[in-house]
Amino acid sequence: MSTILPLRLAGIEVRRAGRTILGPLDLDVEDSGPLVVLGPNGAGKSTLLRVCHGITHPTKGKADWVVPRAEANLAQAFVFQTPILLRRSALENVMYPLSLRGEGKKAARATAQKMLDDVGLADLATVRASVLSGGEKQKLALARALVTRPEVLFLDEPTASLDGRSTREIETILAGAQSGGTKLMMATHDLGQARRIAAHVVFLLNGQIIETRSAKEFFEGPSTAAAQAFLKGDIVE
Amino acid sequence: MEDIWSGIAAAFGLIVTLDRDLIDITLRSLQVTLTAVAIGAALGIPLGAWLAVSRFRFRRVTIAVLNALMGLPPVVVGLVVYILLSRSGPFGVFGLLFTPTAMIIAQVIIVTPLVASISHQALREIWADYHDLLISLNTTKWQRIRTITWDARRALLTATLAGFGRAIGEIGAIMIVGGNIDQVTRVLTTAIALETSKGNFALALGLGFILIGLAFLVNLAMHWLSRTEQRGRW
Repeated sequence: MSTILPLRLAGIEVRRAGRTILGPLDLDVEDSGPLVVLGPNGAGKSTLLRVCHGITHPTKGKADWVVPRAEANLAQAFVFQTPILLRRSALENVMYPLSLRGEGKKAARATAQKMLDDVGLADLATVRASVLSGGEKQKLALARALVTRPEVLFLDEPTASLDGRSTREIETILAGAQSGGTKLMMATHDLGQARRIAAHVVFLLNGQIIETRSAKEFFEGPSTAAAQAFLKGDIVE
Repeated sequence: MEDIWSGIAAAFGLIVTLDRDLIDITLRSLQVTLTAVAIGAALGIPLGAWLAVSRFRFRRVTIAVLNALMGLPPVVVGLVVYILLSRSGPFGVFGLLFTPTAMIIAQVIIVTPLVASISHQALREIWADYHDLLISLNTTKWQRIRTITWDARRALLTATLAGFGRAIGEIGAIMIVGGNIDQVTRVLTTAIALETSKGNFALALGLGFILIGLAFLVNLAMHWLSRTEQRGRW
Protein backbone atom coordinates (compact mmCIF):
# COMPACT_ATOMS: atom_id res chain seq x y z
CA MET A 1 0.00 0.00 0.00
CA SER A 2 2.22 2.71 1.23
CA THR A 3 5.45 3.30 -0.64
CA ILE A 4 7.00 5.68 1.88
CA LEU A 5 6.39 3.89 5.20
CA PRO A 6 7.73 2.80 7.59
CA LEU A 7 9.09 6.00 9.06
CA ARG A 8 11.95 5.54 11.48
CA LEU A 9 12.79 8.14 14.09
CA ALA A 10 16.19 7.60 15.69
CA GLY A 11 17.55 9.62 18.58
CA ILE A 12 15.17 12.50 17.92
CA GLU A 13 15.58 15.47 20.22
CA VAL A 14 14.08 18.93 19.81
CA ARG A 15 15.34 21.81 21.92
CA ARG A 16 14.02 25.33 21.89
CA ALA A 17 15.50 28.17 23.93
CA GLY A 18 17.64 25.77 25.93
CA ARG A 19 14.66 23.60 26.90
CA THR A 20 14.15 20.07 25.64
CA ILE A 21 10.59 19.90 24.36
CA LEU A 22 10.80 16.48 22.74
CA GLY A 23 12.92 13.38 23.14
CA PRO A 24 15.36 11.93 23.04
CA LEU A 25 13.16 9.25 21.52
CA ASP A 26 13.01 6.48 18.93
CA LEU A 27 9.84 5.50 17.12
CA ASP A 28 8.89 3.33 14.16
CA VAL A 29 5.73 4.29 12.33
CA GLU A 30 4.57 1.22 10.44
CA ASP A 31 2.21 0.95 7.52
CA SER A 32 -0.78 -0.24 9.52
CA GLY A 33 -3.90 1.27 11.07
CA PRO A 34 -4.30 4.81 12.41
CA LEU A 35 -1.72 5.94 14.93
CA VAL A 36 -2.90 8.25 17.67
CA VAL A 37 -0.49 10.34 19.71
CA LEU A 38 -2.01 10.88 23.14
CA GLY A 39 -0.91 13.11 25.95
CA PRO A 40 -1.68 16.30 27.84
CA ASN A 41 -0.95 19.79 26.51
CA GLY A 42 2.72 20.51 26.20
CA ALA A 43 3.64 16.82 26.04
CA GLY A 44 5.23 17.32 22.62
CA LYS A 45 2.48 15.84 20.44
CA SER A 46 2.52 18.62 17.86
CA THR A 47 6.30 18.70 17.81
CA LEU A 48 6.44 14.95 17.24
CA LEU A 49 4.05 15.22 14.28
CA ARG A 50 5.94 18.19 12.88
CA VAL A 51 9.23 16.35 13.09
CA CYS A 52 7.71 13.35 11.31
CA HIS A 53 6.33 15.62 8.59
CA GLY A 54 9.62 17.47 8.31
CA ILE A 55 8.41 20.99 9.06
CA THR A 56 10.28 21.11 12.37
CA HIS A 57 13.93 20.19 12.22
CA PRO A 58 15.10 18.14 15.18
CA THR A 59 18.07 19.43 17.14
CA LYS A 60 19.45 15.90 17.10
CA GLY A 61 18.57 12.62 15.48
CA LYS A 62 17.10 11.54 12.17
CA ALA A 63 13.66 10.89 10.75
CA ASP A 64 13.90 8.64 7.71
CA TRP A 65 11.29 7.34 5.33
CA VAL A 66 12.12 4.39 3.13
CA VAL A 67 12.37 6.76 0.16
CA PRO A 68 14.34 10.01 -0.09
CA ARG A 69 12.84 12.97 1.76
CA ALA A 70 11.84 14.88 -1.40
CA GLU A 71 9.85 11.91 -2.67
CA ALA A 72 8.28 11.22 0.74
CA ASN A 73 7.21 14.86 1.10
CA LEU A 74 4.97 14.59 -1.94
CA ALA A 75 3.04 11.72 -0.41
CA GLN A 76 2.16 13.46 2.87
CA ALA A 77 -0.18 16.17 4.06
CA PHE A 78 -0.66 17.99 7.35
CA VAL A 79 -3.79 19.40 8.96
CA PHE A 80 -3.07 22.03 11.58
CA GLN A 81 -4.95 22.55 14.82
CA THR A 82 -5.95 26.03 13.68
CA PRO A 83 -6.69 25.70 9.98
CA ILE A 84 -4.40 27.81 7.81
CA LEU A 85 -6.49 28.89 4.85
CA LEU A 86 -5.43 30.96 1.89
CA ARG A 87 -7.21 34.28 1.43
CA ARG A 88 -9.13 32.84 -1.49
CA SER A 89 -12.37 31.02 -2.17
CA ALA A 90 -12.97 27.55 -0.77
CA LEU A 91 -12.56 26.01 -4.21
CA GLU A 92 -9.32 27.87 -4.88
CA ASN A 93 -7.96 26.66 -1.55
CA VAL A 94 -8.48 23.05 -2.59
CA MET A 95 -7.12 23.71 -6.09
CA TYR A 96 -3.94 25.19 -4.67
CA PRO A 97 -1.93 22.01 -3.92
CA LEU A 98 -2.86 20.67 -7.36
CA SER A 99 -1.71 23.86 -9.06
CA LEU A 100 1.58 23.64 -7.15
CA ARG A 101 2.07 20.23 -8.71
CA GLY A 102 1.58 21.66 -12.15
CA GLU A 103 -1.92 20.40 -12.78
CA GLY A 104 -3.89 22.43 -15.32
CA LYS A 105 -6.55 24.81 -14.10
CA LYS A 106 -9.46 22.92 -15.58
CA ALA A 107 -8.45 19.51 -14.25
CA ALA A 108 -7.59 21.00 -10.85
CA ARG A 109 -10.96 22.71 -10.69
CA ALA A 110 -12.82 19.46 -11.42
CA THR A 111 -10.81 17.44 -8.90
CA ALA A 112 -11.19 20.13 -6.23
CA GLN A 113 -14.93 20.39 -6.81
CA LYS A 114 -15.25 16.64 -6.41
CA MET A 115 -13.25 16.84 -3.19
CA LEU A 116 -15.53 19.60 -1.84
CA ASP A 117 -18.52 17.39 -2.65
CA ASP A 118 -16.93 14.58 -0.65
CA VAL A 119 -16.52 16.70 2.49
CA GLY A 120 -19.95 18.30 2.12
CA LEU A 121 -18.83 21.79 1.18
CA ALA A 122 -20.02 21.74 -2.43
CA ASP A 123 -22.41 24.64 -1.90
CA LEU A 124 -19.69 26.83 -0.45
CA ALA A 125 -17.20 26.46 -3.31
CA THR A 126 -17.23 30.11 -4.30
CA VAL A 127 -17.39 31.48 -0.76
CA ARG A 128 -14.27 33.10 0.63
CA ALA A 129 -12.56 30.82 3.13
CA SER A 130 -12.34 33.57 5.74
CA VAL A 131 -16.10 33.73 6.23
CA LEU A 132 -16.60 30.00 6.82
CA SER A 133 -17.46 28.69 10.29
CA GLY A 134 -14.85 26.93 12.42
CA GLY A 135 -16.04 23.47 11.46
CA GLU A 136 -16.28 24.36 7.77
CA LYS A 137 -12.77 25.80 7.85
CA GLN A 138 -11.33 22.61 9.27
CA LYS A 139 -13.26 20.49 6.76
CA LEU A 140 -11.88 22.71 4.01
CA ALA A 141 -8.35 22.27 5.33
CA LEU A 142 -8.96 18.53 5.39
CA ALA A 143 -10.25 18.58 1.81
CA ARG A 144 -7.14 20.47 0.73
CA ALA A 145 -4.93 17.94 2.52
CA LEU A 146 -6.70 14.96 0.96
CA VAL A 147 -6.97 16.29 -2.58
CA THR A 148 -3.47 15.09 -3.46
CA ARG A 149 -4.35 11.59 -2.16
CA PRO A 150 -1.55 11.47 0.42
CA GLU A 151 -0.27 8.15 1.70
CA VAL A 152 0.22 9.63 5.15
CA LEU A 153 -1.98 12.31 6.69
CA PHE A 154 -0.86 14.09 9.85
CA LEU A 155 -3.56 15.66 11.98
CA ASP A 156 -2.66 17.94 14.86
CA GLU A 157 -5.72 18.00 17.15
CA PRO A 158 -7.95 18.77 14.18
CA THR A 159 -11.14 18.88 16.24
CA ALA A 160 -9.80 20.49 19.42
CA SER A 161 -11.95 23.59 19.11
CA LEU A 162 -14.96 22.09 17.33
CA ASP A 163 -18.35 20.95 18.56
CA GLY A 164 -19.65 17.38 18.51
CA ARG A 165 -21.32 17.53 15.13
CA SER A 166 -18.33 18.98 13.30
CA THR A 167 -16.10 16.47 15.07
CA ARG A 168 -18.29 13.59 13.91
CA GLU A 169 -18.32 14.88 10.33
CA ILE A 170 -14.56 15.18 10.33
CA GLU A 171 -14.14 11.71 11.78
CA THR A 172 -16.39 10.35 9.03
CA ILE A 173 -14.18 11.99 6.40
CA LEU A 174 -11.12 10.56 8.12
CA ALA A 175 -12.63 7.07 8.15
CA GLY A 176 -13.21 7.44 4.41
CA ALA A 177 -9.61 8.48 3.83
CA GLN A 178 -8.38 5.63 6.00
CA SER A 179 -10.32 3.04 4.02
CA GLY A 180 -9.03 4.67 0.84
CA GLY A 181 -5.52 3.72 1.90
CA THR A 182 -4.31 6.84 3.71
CA LYS A 183 -2.36 6.22 6.90
CA LEU A 184 -3.57 8.57 9.64
CA MET A 185 -1.28 9.89 12.33
CA MET A 186 -3.18 12.09 14.72
CA ALA A 187 -2.43 13.98 17.90
CA THR A 188 -5.26 14.43 20.37
CA HIS A 189 -5.95 14.75 24.06
CA ASP A 190 -9.55 13.63 23.52
CA LEU A 191 -9.76 10.08 24.83
CA GLY A 192 -13.10 9.33 23.20
CA GLN A 193 -11.69 10.31 19.83
CA ALA A 194 -8.59 8.23 20.43
CA ARG A 195 -10.75 5.19 21.22
CA ARG A 196 -12.83 5.70 18.07
CA ILE A 197 -9.91 6.12 15.72
CA ALA A 198 -6.74 4.52 17.02
CA ALA A 199 -5.27 1.20 16.02
CA HIS A 200 -2.01 2.12 17.72
CA VAL A 201 -1.31 4.55 20.52
CA VAL A 202 1.78 6.52 21.40
CA PHE A 203 1.46 8.06 24.85
CA LEU A 204 3.64 11.11 25.35
CA LEU A 205 4.46 12.95 28.55
CA ASN A 206 6.96 15.75 28.96
CA GLY A 207 8.45 15.04 25.55
CA GLN A 208 9.06 11.39 26.30
CA ILE A 209 7.30 8.33 24.89
CA ILE A 210 5.82 6.63 27.95
CA GLU A 211 4.03 3.85 26.10
CA THR A 212 3.62 2.70 22.53
CA ARG A 213 1.19 -0.19 22.06
CA SER A 214 -1.82 -1.35 20.12
CA ALA A 215 -4.94 0.62 20.97
CA LYS A 216 -6.69 -2.44 22.36
CA GLU A 217 -3.92 -3.21 24.82
CA PHE A 218 -3.50 0.42 25.76
CA PHE A 219 -7.12 1.07 26.56
CA GLU A 220 -7.64 -2.26 28.33
CA GLY A 221 -4.72 -1.87 30.65
CA PRO A 222 -1.85 0.50 30.19
CA SER A 223 1.31 -0.65 31.88
CA THR A 224 2.46 2.64 33.30
CA ALA A 225 0.98 4.58 36.19
CA ALA A 226 1.01 7.81 34.19
CA ALA A 227 -1.05 6.30 31.37
CA GLN A 228 -3.47 4.72 33.83
CA ALA A 229 -3.97 8.08 35.50
CA PHE A 230 -4.44 9.77 32.12
CA LEU A 231 -7.08 7.22 31.10
CA LYS A 232 -8.91 7.69 34.39
CA GLY A 233 -9.12 11.37 33.63
CA ASP A 234 -6.64 12.46 36.27
CA ILE A 235 -4.40 15.38 35.53
CA VAL A 236 -0.94 14.07 34.76
CA GLU A 237 2.14 16.24 34.76
CA MET B 1 -8.93 84.44 0.42
CA GLU B 2 -9.35 86.33 -2.82
CA ASP B 3 -6.34 84.46 -4.19
CA ILE B 4 -8.04 81.16 -3.56
CA TRP B 5 -11.20 82.17 -5.41
CA SER B 6 -9.23 83.50 -8.35
CA GLY B 7 -7.22 80.26 -8.21
CA ILE B 8 -10.36 78.20 -8.51
CA ALA B 9 -11.55 80.45 -11.32
CA ALA B 10 -8.20 80.07 -13.09
CA ALA B 11 -8.30 76.29 -12.74
CA PHE B 12 -11.84 76.23 -14.08
CA GLY B 13 -10.86 78.48 -16.97
CA LEU B 14 -7.86 76.34 -17.89
CA ILE B 15 -9.92 73.19 -17.85
CA VAL B 16 -12.93 74.39 -19.85
CA THR B 17 -10.79 76.01 -22.53
CA LEU B 18 -8.67 72.84 -22.71
CA ASP B 19 -5.57 75.02 -22.46
CA ARG B 20 -2.89 73.42 -24.63
CA ASP B 21 -0.04 74.13 -22.24
CA LEU B 22 -2.05 72.75 -19.37
CA ILE B 23 -2.84 69.53 -21.20
CA ASP B 24 0.79 69.25 -22.24
CA ILE B 25 2.23 69.55 -18.74
CA THR B 26 -0.51 67.44 -17.16
CA LEU B 27 0.12 64.60 -19.57
CA ARG B 28 3.86 64.90 -18.94
CA SER B 29 3.31 64.77 -15.19
CA LEU B 30 1.25 61.63 -15.64
CA GLN B 31 3.69 60.06 -18.08
CA VAL B 32 6.72 60.64 -15.86
CA THR B 33 5.07 59.62 -12.60
CA LEU B 34 3.12 56.62 -13.88
CA THR B 35 6.20 55.25 -15.64
CA ALA B 36 8.31 55.76 -12.52
CA VAL B 37 5.67 54.15 -10.29
CA ALA B 38 5.26 51.21 -12.67
CA ILE B 39 9.01 50.58 -12.64
CA GLY B 40 9.16 51.23 -8.89
CA ALA B 41 6.40 48.68 -8.24
CA ALA B 42 7.99 46.15 -10.60
CA LEU B 43 11.20 46.42 -8.58
CA GLY B 44 9.83 47.17 -5.11
CA ILE B 45 7.13 44.51 -4.79
CA PRO B 46 9.37 41.55 -5.69
CA LEU B 47 12.05 42.97 -3.40
CA GLY B 48 9.56 43.27 -0.53
CA ALA B 49 8.30 39.74 -1.16
CA TRP B 50 11.78 38.32 -1.33
CA LEU B 51 12.69 40.00 1.95
CA ALA B 52 9.53 38.58 3.53
CA VAL B 53 10.22 34.94 2.66
CA SER B 54 14.02 34.87 2.89
CA ARG B 55 16.18 34.46 5.93
CA PHE B 56 19.77 35.55 5.48
CA ARG B 57 22.55 37.07 7.47
CA PHE B 58 22.05 40.77 6.82
CA ARG B 59 18.28 40.70 6.52
CA ARG B 60 17.59 43.01 9.46
CA VAL B 61 20.19 45.48 8.27
CA THR B 62 18.77 45.37 4.74
CA ILE B 63 15.27 46.11 6.03
CA ALA B 64 16.54 48.93 8.24
CA VAL B 65 18.38 50.45 5.27
CA LEU B 66 15.30 50.10 3.10
CA ASN B 67 13.17 51.87 5.69
CA ALA B 68 15.74 54.61 5.97
CA LEU B 69 15.76 55.01 2.19
CA MET B 70 12.05 55.81 2.35
CA GLY B 71 13.06 59.14 3.79
CA LEU B 72 15.59 59.88 1.07
CA PRO B 73 15.52 63.64 0.40
CA PRO B 74 14.42 64.11 -3.22
CA VAL B 75 16.69 67.12 -3.68
CA VAL B 76 19.72 65.00 -2.88
CA VAL B 77 18.51 62.22 -5.18
CA GLY B 78 18.13 64.84 -7.90
CA LEU B 79 21.59 66.16 -7.28
CA VAL B 80 23.20 62.72 -7.42
CA VAL B 81 21.30 61.75 -10.57
CA TYR B 82 22.27 65.13 -12.05
CA ILE B 83 25.96 64.44 -11.40
CA LEU B 84 25.73 60.93 -12.82
CA LEU B 85 23.92 62.05 -15.98
CA SER B 86 25.78 65.32 -16.55
CA ARG B 87 28.07 65.43 -19.52
CA SER B 88 31.18 64.84 -17.42
CA GLY B 89 29.46 62.10 -15.38
CA PRO B 90 29.72 58.34 -15.97
CA PHE B 91 26.43 58.19 -17.90
CA GLY B 92 26.92 61.50 -19.68
CA VAL B 93 27.28 59.88 -23.09
CA PHE B 94 23.61 58.99 -23.12
CA GLY B 95 22.64 62.67 -23.09
CA LEU B 96 19.77 62.08 -20.69
CA LEU B 97 20.05 65.16 -18.51
CA PHE B 98 17.08 67.54 -18.86
CA THR B 99 14.89 64.88 -20.47
CA PRO B 100 11.77 63.18 -19.09
CA THR B 101 13.85 59.98 -18.89
CA ALA B 102 16.14 61.61 -16.34
CA MET B 103 13.08 62.62 -14.33
CA ILE B 104 11.78 59.06 -14.43
CA ILE B 105 15.15 57.71 -13.25
CA ALA B 106 15.17 60.09 -10.29
CA GLN B 107 11.60 59.25 -9.34
CA VAL B 108 12.22 55.52 -9.58
CA ILE B 109 14.99 55.96 -7.01
CA ILE B 110 12.62 57.85 -4.73
CA VAL B 111 9.62 55.54 -5.16
CA THR B 112 11.17 52.06 -5.11
CA PRO B 113 12.24 51.96 -1.43
CA LEU B 114 8.84 53.25 -0.38
CA VAL B 115 6.94 50.63 -2.38
CA ALA B 116 9.35 47.88 -1.27
CA SER B 117 9.08 48.81 2.38
CA ILE B 118 5.29 49.04 2.52
CA SER B 119 5.00 45.84 0.45
CA HIS B 120 7.34 44.11 2.84
CA GLN B 121 5.21 45.11 5.82
CA ALA B 122 2.07 43.68 4.24
CA LEU B 123 3.76 40.54 2.90
CA ARG B 124 5.50 39.81 6.18
CA GLU B 125 2.11 39.49 7.85
CA ILE B 126 0.62 37.18 5.25
CA TRP B 127 3.81 35.12 5.20
CA ALA B 128 3.55 34.64 8.99
CA ASP B 129 -0.01 33.37 8.42
CA TYR B 130 0.89 31.07 5.55
CA HIS B 131 4.34 29.94 6.69
CA ASP B 132 3.57 26.48 8.10
CA LEU B 133 1.16 25.61 5.30
CA LEU B 134 3.50 26.61 2.49
CA ILE B 135 6.39 24.73 4.09
CA SER B 136 4.13 21.70 4.51
CA LEU B 137 3.14 21.84 0.83
CA ASN B 138 6.79 21.81 -0.30
CA THR B 139 6.57 25.10 -2.12
CA THR B 140 9.63 26.52 -3.81
CA LYS B 141 10.69 30.05 -2.91
CA TRP B 142 9.29 31.29 -6.19
CA GLN B 143 5.92 29.65 -5.51
CA ARG B 144 5.85 31.20 -2.04
CA ILE B 145 6.53 34.66 -3.43
CA ARG B 146 3.85 34.25 -6.07
CA THR B 147 1.27 33.00 -3.59
CA ILE B 148 1.73 35.76 -1.02
CA THR B 149 1.95 38.58 -3.56
CA TRP B 150 -1.23 37.39 -5.26
CA ASP B 151 -3.15 36.95 -2.02
CA ALA B 152 -1.94 40.32 -0.70
CA ARG B 153 -2.58 42.15 -3.94
CA ARG B 154 -4.86 44.74 -2.39
CA ALA B 155 -2.28 45.75 0.18
CA LEU B 156 0.26 45.92 -2.64
CA LEU B 157 -2.03 48.26 -4.56
CA THR B 158 -2.01 50.51 -1.52
CA ALA B 159 1.79 50.39 -1.48
CA THR B 160 1.87 51.35 -5.14
CA LEU B 161 -0.57 54.20 -4.59
CA ALA B 162 1.61 55.48 -1.75
CA GLY B 163 4.46 55.52 -4.25
CA PHE B 164 2.29 57.39 -6.72
CA GLY B 165 1.35 59.91 -4.05
CA ARG B 166 4.96 60.60 -3.28
CA ALA B 167 6.00 60.88 -6.93
CA ILE B 168 3.16 63.01 -8.31
CA GLY B 169 3.73 65.81 -5.83
CA GLU B 170 7.50 65.60 -5.92
CA ILE B 171 9.47 68.59 -7.19
CA GLY B 172 12.98 68.64 -5.70
CA ALA B 173 14.48 65.92 -7.87
CA ILE B 174 12.64 66.55 -11.14
CA MET B 175 13.35 70.27 -10.98
CA ILE B 176 17.09 69.55 -10.81
CA VAL B 177 17.36 66.76 -13.38
CA GLY B 178 14.56 68.01 -15.65
CA GLY B 179 15.30 71.69 -15.56
CA ASN B 180 11.65 72.80 -15.97
CA ILE B 181 12.11 73.41 -19.69
CA ASP B 182 8.93 74.59 -21.40
CA GLN B 183 7.45 71.93 -23.75
CA VAL B 184 10.15 69.43 -22.73
CA THR B 185 10.39 68.79 -19.02
CA ARG B 186 7.83 71.10 -17.46
CA VAL B 187 5.38 69.28 -15.26
CA LEU B 188 2.65 70.42 -12.89
CA THR B 189 4.82 70.79 -9.79
CA THR B 190 7.63 72.66 -11.53
CA ALA B 191 5.10 74.89 -13.30
CA ILE B 192 3.50 75.75 -9.96
CA ALA B 193 6.88 76.70 -8.51
CA LEU B 194 7.63 78.84 -11.55
CA GLU B 195 4.28 80.67 -11.56
CA THR B 196 4.54 81.27 -7.81
CA SER B 197 7.99 82.82 -8.15
CA LYS B 198 6.65 85.01 -10.95
CA GLY B 199 3.85 86.18 -8.66
CA ASN B 200 1.12 84.52 -10.74
CA PHE B 201 -0.65 83.17 -7.72
CA ALA B 202 -3.97 82.57 -9.43
CA LEU B 203 -2.42 80.45 -12.16
CA ALA B 204 -0.18 78.65 -9.66
CA LEU B 205 -3.14 77.86 -7.48
CA GLY B 206 -5.18 76.78 -10.48
CA LEU B 207 -2.44 74.32 -11.42
CA GLY B 208 -2.35 73.21 -7.80
CA PHE B 209 -6.03 72.32 -7.84
CA ILE B 210 -5.57 70.41 -11.05
CA LEU B 211 -2.69 68.49 -9.45
CA ILE B 212 -4.86 67.56 -6.48
CA GLY B 213 -7.69 66.53 -8.79
CA LEU B 214 -5.30 64.40 -10.82
CA ALA B 215 -4.04 62.57 -7.72
CA PHE B 216 -7.62 61.87 -6.70
CA LEU B 217 -8.59 60.64 -10.14
CA VAL B 218 -5.67 58.25 -10.47
CA ASN B 219 -6.31 56.79 -7.02
CA LEU B 220 -9.98 56.30 -7.75
CA ALA B 221 -9.25 54.82 -11.16
CA MET B 222 -6.82 52.28 -9.75
CA HIS B 223 -9.23 51.27 -7.02
CA TRP B 224 -12.01 50.98 -9.53
CA LEU B 225 -9.90 48.94 -11.93
CA SER B 226 -8.93 46.49 -9.20
CA ARG B 227 -12.40 46.54 -7.65
CA THR B 228 -10.90 46.85 -4.21
CA GLU B 229 -14.02 48.16 -2.56
CA GLN B 230 -16.52 45.95 -4.31
CA ARG B 231 -15.29 42.45 -3.73
CA GLY B 232 -14.86 41.67 -0.13
CA ARG B 233 -12.44 42.76 2.49
CA TRP B 234 -10.09 40.24 3.90
